[in-house]
Amino acid sequence: MFFGIIGELAVGFLTTLELFALTLVFALPLGLLVSLCTMSKFAPLRVLFKVIVWVVRGTPLMLQLLVIFYGPGLIGLPPLTNRFLAAVIAFVINYACYFSEIYRGGIESISKGQYEAGQVLGMTRSQIFFKVVLLQVVKRILAPMSNEVMTLVKDTSLANTIGVIEILRVAQSINAYYAVNIIIPVLYAGLFYLAFIGILTIVFGRLEKKLNYFKV
Amino acid sequence: MAFLELKNYRKKFGENEVLKGISVSLEKGEVLTIIGSSGGGKTTLLRCMNFLEMPDEGELYLGGEKLFDAAEKKSYSDAEIREKRLHFGLVFQQFNLFPQYTVFKNITLAQTLLAKQDFKRKKEDFAAVCKKAPKEERKKLKAEQKQILDEIKSNQKKSIEEKAENLLSRVGLSDKRDSYPYELSGGQQQRVAIARALALNPDILCFDEPTSALDPELTGEVLKVIKGLKSSDSTMIVVTHEMEFAKNVADRVIFIADGVIEEEGAPQEVFENPKSEKTRAFLRKSLEEVF
Ligand SMILES: Nc1ncnc2c1ncn2[C@@H]1O[C@H](COP(=O)(O)OP(=O)(O)OP(=O)(O)O)[C@@H](O)[C@H]1O
Ligand SMILES: [Mg+2]
Repeated sequence: MFFGIIGELAVGFLTTLELFALTLVFALPLGLLVSLCTMSKFAPLRVLFKVIVWVVRGTPLMLQLLVIFYGPGLIGLPPLTNRFLAAVIAFVINYACYFSEIYRGGIESISKGQYEAGQVLGMTRSQIFFKVVLLQVVKRILAPMSNEVMTLVKDTSLANTIGVIEILRVAQSINAYYAVNIIIPVLYAGLFYLAFIGILTIVFGRLEKKLNYFKV
Repeated sequence: MAFLELKNYRKKFGENEVLKGISVSLEKGEVLTIIGSSGGGKTTLLRCMNFLEMPDEGELYLGGEKLFDAAEKKSYSDAEIREKRLHFGLVFQQFNLFPQYTVFKNITLAQTLLAKQDFKRKKEDFAAVCKKAPKEERKKLKAEQKQILDEIKSNQKKSIEEKAENLLSRVGLSDKRDSYPYELSGGQQQRVAIARALALNPDILCFDEPTSALDPELTGEVLKVIKGLKSSDSTMIVVTHEMEFAKNVADRVIFIADGVIEEEGAPQEVFENPKSEKTRAFLRKSLEEVF
């Protein structure tokens, strides 16, 4: 019975991991783009993105999931039939906005002197950003980023609001079949989360060490 | 016309007019030091020369040719400004080394990026030539081109690295080649910054109070390096509070107060026989500070 429960939970956890990984893959670069837009010199763009970030950070992720999944159908567009896809879209938008604020903090913390040193050496704006500034930003934001990424691991459970069968959803539904108290599979599910967070803690620790070769 | 001619530079920040018509002329190989009290506009003047700020008015001639005209500044593209910048180097008060790179990479980075751009352009040119050639010759042409390009690439790398080694020995830091900036003292960091600026062969190298952020015992090593750079083909502008340095190294001294040049001349004239009352007051005060 134990292995039966663990096996089913593992299948659910795969969905959790997929959602987690896809969110990171898209939200990390998108967040950078959003942060650049919120810092743009072009006022309409800047204001637009600041409002978007405000709305996304100012409303619950669960609400956003519902809006993305049911919204299109309500206003006469073809409804999103793929629940998982809807969840990915909502998570990517939500996390891109959170990441963008972390990026912004990191980018704004880099001294003006770094940009100017690049400028007087004839570098282009993109060279300055990618060759001079970015790694310093990464080093600065690693700690808040790791926080946010760990929150994401646990937030994935919200996807079950729109019926994505992730690990907690599985845990809640298998007690009937195995005739155990619901608390048992849910506790096992908790172990999955804990183990994964443990791995992430180690990964971020390594990254931090790797960037310790210089000081900003 | 002198090697560098700066004509009537004016710069306002909002209502605050910081440069009120500054003209400077400088011969090749000369060292000009700029002194003046805080807030007088010295940094702003250097920043305008390096196009970190754009002057509101004024023209700049270099080697007899007009390099910049404030009246046309709107028409300059980013790439043009970058090209103009390369005529000047700037060493900052706060060094501004790139912390994630070794000393060596700090010196070679900008050159490497420029070389890459050159290389890419050449490659595109070659590709265009290839396209025009008759079909049967293309293969042979391509092979030849590849050989030339490979050679260019390795030559570029070699010359950049050799130059960096040379510069490091000139600033006395050959043994720090692979150190990171945080591992160096302030004086050493500033010497690296000087080498980094020199790596691009600027026509004119500007220093903005290169020793102000240093402990007193470290200023000497940096000033010595700057003094050592003095030669017939290196033209320098040094903003400094080090009066001894100004006296001993400069060919000419300019005293700036409130955005205008109050006094200008050979160091002996300015220091020993200042004409303007403001200069006298400034020199008296800077002497008092020492004792
Ligand atoms: N970016 C800026 N925006 C607004 N005002 C500025 C800016 N940069 C400089 N200023 C003002 O211009 C004036 C001249 O400043 P600047 O830094 O050129 O003086 P300085 O001669 O270099 O002084 P110091 O000896 O203290 O370095 C100051 O009043 C300063 O407040
Ligand atoms: Mg200054």
